[in-house]
Formats: sequence, structure tokens, C-alpha cells
Amino acid sequence: MEQVVIIFLCLAILLYFLLGGADFGAGIIELFTSKKNRSKTRNTMYQAIGPVWEANHMWLIIAIVILFVGFPLIYTTMSVHLHIPLAIMLIGIIARGTAFVFRHYDAVKDNMQGVYNKVFVYSSFITPLFLGIIAGSVLSGQIDLNANNFADAYIFSWLNWFSISVGLFTTALCGFLAAIYLIGECKTEEDKKRFIKKAEYMNIAAVVFGAMVFFSAAMEKVPLMNWVVYNKVGLTAVSLASLSLVLLWYLLLKGKTKILRLLAGFQVTMILVAISYAHFPNFIRLKGGEVISLYTTIGPDKTIQSLGWALVLGSLLILPFLGYLFYKFQQKEE
Amino acid sequence: MDDFLAARSQMALSLGFHIIYACIGMVMPFFMAVSHYKWLKTNNEVYKHITKAWSKGVAIFFATGAVSGTMLSFELGLLWPKFMEHAGPIFGMPFSLEGTAFFIEAIALGFFLYGWDKLNKWFHWFTGVVVGVSGLASGILVVAANAWMNSPAGFEYVNGQYTNIDPIKAMFNDAWFTQALHMCLAAFTATGFAVAGVHALMILKKQHTDFHYKSFKIAAAFATVAALLQPISGDISAKDVAQRQPAKLAAMEALYKTEKPAPLLIGGIVDEKNKSVSKAIEIPGALSFLAHGDFKAEVKGLDQIPENEHPPVAITHYAFQIMVGLGTIMMVISVTYFIVLWRRKTVLNSKWLLKLFVFAIPLGYIALEAGWTVTEVGRQPWIIYGIMRTRDAVTPMPGIAWSFYLFSAIYFSLSLIVIFLLYRQIKMVPVLYQSSNTDSWNK
Repeated sequence: MEQVVIIFLCLAILLYFLLGGADFGAGIIELFTSKKNRSKTRNTMYQAIGPVWEANHMWLIIAIVILFVGFPLIYTTMSVHLHIPLAIMLIGIIARGTAFVFRHYDAVKDNMQGVYNKVFVYSSFITPLFLGIIAGSVLSGQIDLNANNFADAYIFSWLNWFSISVGLFTTALCGFLAAIYLIGECKTEEDKKRFIKKAEYMNIAAVVFGAMVFFSAAMEKVPLMNWVVYNKVGLTAVSLASLSLVLLWYLLLKGKTKILRLLAGFQVTMILVAISYAHFPNFIRLKGGEVISLYTTIGPDKTIQSLGWALVLGSLLILPFLGYLFYKFQQKEE
Repeated sequence: MDDFLAARSQMALSLGFHIIYACIGMVMPFFMAVSHYKWLKTNNEVYKHITKAWSKGVAIFFATGAVSGTMLSFELGLLWPKFMEHAGPIFGMPFSLEGTAFFIEAIALGFFLYGWDKLNKWFHWFTGVVVGVSGLASGILVVAANAWMNSPAGFEYVNGQYTNIDPIKAMFNDAWFTQALHMCLAAFTATGFAVAGVHALMILKKQHTDFHYKSFKIAAAFATVAALLQPISGDISAKDVAQRQPAKLAAMEALYKTEKPAPLLIGGIVDEKNKSVSKAIEIPGALSFLAHGDFKAEVKGLDQIPENEHPPVAITHYAFQIMVGLGTIMMVISVTYFIVLWRRKTVLNSKWLLKLFVFAIPLGYIALEAGWTVTEVGRQPWIIYGIMRTRDAVTPMPGIAWSFYLFSAIYFSLSLIVIFLLYRQIKMVPVLYQSSNTDSWNK
């Protein structure tokens, strides 16, 4: 059952990144859309993510529940030392979710809409930024369990170049995923072209921030190279991600849309595999070289058994229902 | 503000905020399912409009409940890491099931809100029912987790170690059923009275009477039945608490001295320093009866409990009084409603009764918050009753007060916006739901 629980944890994180990420990305795209096109972007986006967005964010809940039930030490170490970025991320989640729904369900459409829009786009940017910062901090080796002052214990655990680079990289990837997703949801050629442009910009941003991740890793002694270059699986994954990048640009310029989604999803999955495979089963790198591993902190046997069964049975209910939701509400090309 | 107090306040605030939205998300889908069913069966458009109008309220509340619930799942760790480190694997079972229930609720809500004219009409109706059932299941599961904190089970605590962990036993602890039953009825009562009251107000204003009276009847039916059942559940809970948590029961009734028979105190001013209560109405032997089903039974007072294990008495006592008082008022309104309905067939002409319902709009929620105050404050100083003290569970990070102020501001403004949005929804009813076949909304 250990493996089952760990697979579900990885799956929940991956799906949150892909689906929740695309969802955040939609807001990021809106943020970087010129005023005159904003309402069009908003419409396409609403049609596309309206029915599914709540469900997309459930993956975060699943991941967090697996962590606190199955790996409590990982959950509490993160909660204590990454309290501040977690709190900021939560504010982002609260602001974003409510603004999205409020702007649609305000019975009177007046200048309150402007307020909802602002809150929505900025929180769509801040939330994945801080999610990325948290992910980066877990790997950064800056979490110091023995720190004896506030700044070392609670600020520099996440405020470092590596974490911030991962945050920016994550944000760019979210924007990229969203643009690719929205291309397939467009009803007119003109809209399609706009999102293709966006996808290109976001991809360039991702490449730039990706490079920044490598530089900052070298600077702050995160053994990123060991994970993605000197490890066979890591190297394969990173090569596949780069290859798919070339293919992606080709398809993008050709305007092929549906297969783009799969490819973008594949690319992001490969990036996650590349970063985490060699690091696995270690989860948190601490200052001084110690690590907190999934296997050494796993909960008692009976807990893992029942958690595993709950996840298996739960997914039998969730996945078909969720699949049908996506199928039913996908935009038909006219 | 000291960090420990700030952490407790922030937790109380987050729970108190979330609980209202969670209740609405649990209960409203059932109201909608009824009106939706009536629309499908009778083809009376008003029922379709009611369903749609309510579903917009539900969308607003569900989103707010979902984000505040997400917040809570992190907050447990942000504020109480020591608690979660040990409790997570023990009481996590209901949370892992709740994850599934909540997920299904979100999917079903997607179908329901966006499925008008797109889905088979009975499948569409069914997704609405799924929203309600999974919402209710989520609520019950989360309450089961809370019940574990009151009635720890499924592990052995030896020399500070938690061993022999059995998450299933932990989930089905002694308190889960009584607490879940009380909470479900409270959710139906509170939400039912609030919704019925709002529609009663609109009837009194003579706006769109047909629409509002049909809505009123559905909400009032749920509210009144639940309010009549609640005292029974309350009685079961009281007897349960008397057995498991004598300190909590003593605090609820401000019973400083063990008495046999013990009187029931109604109202009264608690003086925590001198350990006394003044100006209360005493009903001799009634507490003995409520706690143990026997007018002559002994009821344990706080004098039999070590001083450092006393919960705050005044808050628990006042909260309990508020809960019971408001519950009684709602029960009386419910009885009156049935009498009027039985004699006159309609309450439309009984303005005074409609006014009573308007008066009762906030009562259920106030009672609900008071009830949770009793449960949570009455459990202090423990976070896991008898095992771990709340003070020992708090995060080592200083400066929690700032976090408390920040989240207070956020929740306060969110509440204002939600009220503002509801006001607008209600105000727009005559414009949005003209009875005709052209339905321009939501397209």
C-alpha cells in the first residue's frame, strides 16, 4: 500500500500542476492581455474553465490530505518553516476562487466587475508564484530546523534565488499550459491566433526562467545537475521535454491544436519527472545536507492501508465522473 | 496579543466563517432538488426560476466554502503543527474520505450549474442530488474528525508515544454519531430558517409573491422539521457529554460544585474568580435529569476536576445558554407554523407569522456558532481531550497576531461582499425571473 499512496501523492501533485496550473494560467493570460481583447479572452476562458475549475483545485486538497495523514512530519515541517509563503498562497487561493465566482454571479454588472477582475488576475499570478516558491524551497536546502532567529527560520527558508526562480518558472509554465488549453477552446480563428501568440510568449518566458533555475541552483549549491544530467531517467526526461519543445513550436506554427494539449501536458510531466526522480524518495532537503524522505516518515501501517483503500475507492468514483465532466463541457469546434 | 491566543482566535475565526458556508453548501442542494423536481414534474416555470435563483446563491457560497475549507486544511498545520504531527495519521481517515466526497461535490456542482439544457433533465436533476448527498457526507466526516478530538479513540498513549494506531476505530469514536446528528439538524435548521426568512421578507414587501411563497414553503418545511427534531438530538448529546466530558458539561451549566440532585441554571452571570453564578433561574433536579435521565442523579461539578483542566466557564456557559435559547425559539416558531398551516392551509395571511420568520433569519446561525463555541471552548485546555494540551500544539513561529489581523480583515471583507452579492441577487429577482418562456439568463 505504501507504493499506492505514494503514486497517488505524485499523481495528485502532477494533476494539480497540469489542471490547476492551466486554471491559474488563464488568469495570468488575462493579466497580460491588452485592454481591448480582455473581454473576449474572459469569455473564452469562462466557457472553458467555468464548469471544471472547482474540480481542478480539488487535487491540491487530495495532495495535502495524503501528506498530513500519511507523511505528517513532511506536512508539519513545511507548515512551520514555510508558514509565510503558504499563508500568501492561501490568500491567493481565497481571493482568486471568490473573485472568479463573484464576477460571474453578481446580478448587477457594474464597476464592481473591475474590482473582481483586478483581484482575479493578480491572485492568479501570485498563487502559482508562491506554489512554485514553496516547491523550490522544499528542494533548496535552505530550511534550517536549528535556526535560532526569525529571519533564518521563517524568511530565508524560502526567500532565496533558487526558490524564486522556481516560482517564476512555475508561473510561466501555468501561463503556457493555459494558452495551449485555450487554443483548443476558441471558436474563431482570430481568438485562436491570439492564444497561439500567448503560448509562444509564455513558452519563451518558461525557457528564460528555466535557465534562471539552473543558474540559481549552481549559485546556491542545489544539486540540480546531478538530478537531471547525471541521472539516466532525469536525463531522458529532460531530453524528451526539450524534444517535445521543438515539436511543440512546429505544431504551434502550423496551428494544430488538439494534439498540442497532450504534448504540453507531456512536456510539463517530463519536467516534473526530471526534477523529482533522482531526488525520490527524499522530499525535503534541509540545511546541512540532511533530508526528510517519504519512506522514513511514512505513517503507521494501518493508517497507510486505510488511506490507500480510501484513495483507490475514491478514485473509482471520482475519475469516471470527472472524465465525463471534461468530455461533456468541451467546446465543439464549429 | 499573545501568539497562543492569536492562534486560537484565528482558528476560531476560520472555523466560524467556514461553518456557515459549509452548512449552506450542505443544505441548499436539497432545497434545490425539491424545487427542481417540482419543475420537472409540474412544468411550472416558477419552480425552474426558484431552482436557478437558489443555485446562484449556492455557487457563491460553495466557492467561498471551498476556499475557506482549503485554507483550513493548511491552517491545521500552520497553527497546530505538533497536533497534526501526532493526530494526522490517527484521525486522518475521515479527512481522506472527505477529500473524495468534496471532490465529487465539486464535479457534480460543475454539472449542475452548467448543465441546464445540456444534459438529460433527470441526469441533471440527479447531479444536484449528488451535490447535496456528498456535501452532507463531507460535513459528517469532518465532524467525525472533530469528534475524535473530544473523544480520542483508535490508539494507545503510552509514555508520550502514540502506538497501536487504528484509524477506523478513531473515525467511529464514541462522539461521532451524536455530534454529526446534531450538526446535520443544525445545518438544516439554520439554513432553512435563514432562507425561509428572506423569502418571508419579500412576501411581506409584496414582491413576486408566488415565487417567494413557493420558495418559502420548501425552505420552511425543512427548517421546521429539523428544528422540532433538534431537541431530541440535543438531549442525546447532553447525556453523551455528561459521560465523556464531565468538565465540559459542568462548564456548560456553570456547575462549580458537585450536586445531587443538580439544578438546571437558566441564564445567570458567571463570576469565574469567586466560582459562583448569580441571578440565574434554577430548576431543581433538571440538570440531573438531562445529564443522566434521573432527577436525583449526581452531576459532577468542576470541584472534582483539577483546576488546570478547567475550561473557560463563562464563555462556555453563555454560549450554551444562547444555543439552547435560540433553539427553543425556533422550535416554538415551528410548532406555530404547523398549527397555522393546519388551521388555515396557508400562512400568506398571517403577517405576524411571516414577521416571526424574518426575525428568525440569523437565529439558526447564531445558535450554530454558539454550539461550536460550546464544543471547542468547552474542550479546552485540551486539543486532544485528556491527551494533548492546546498550548503544547501551537506553532513555534512568533508573530501569529499579525496573521490573525490579516485573516480577520480578509474574512470580514469577504462576508461583506457575499452579503452584498446576495442582496443584489434578491433585488434582481423580479427582473431576472419574469414568468415567460424567454430565458435570457445564463446563456
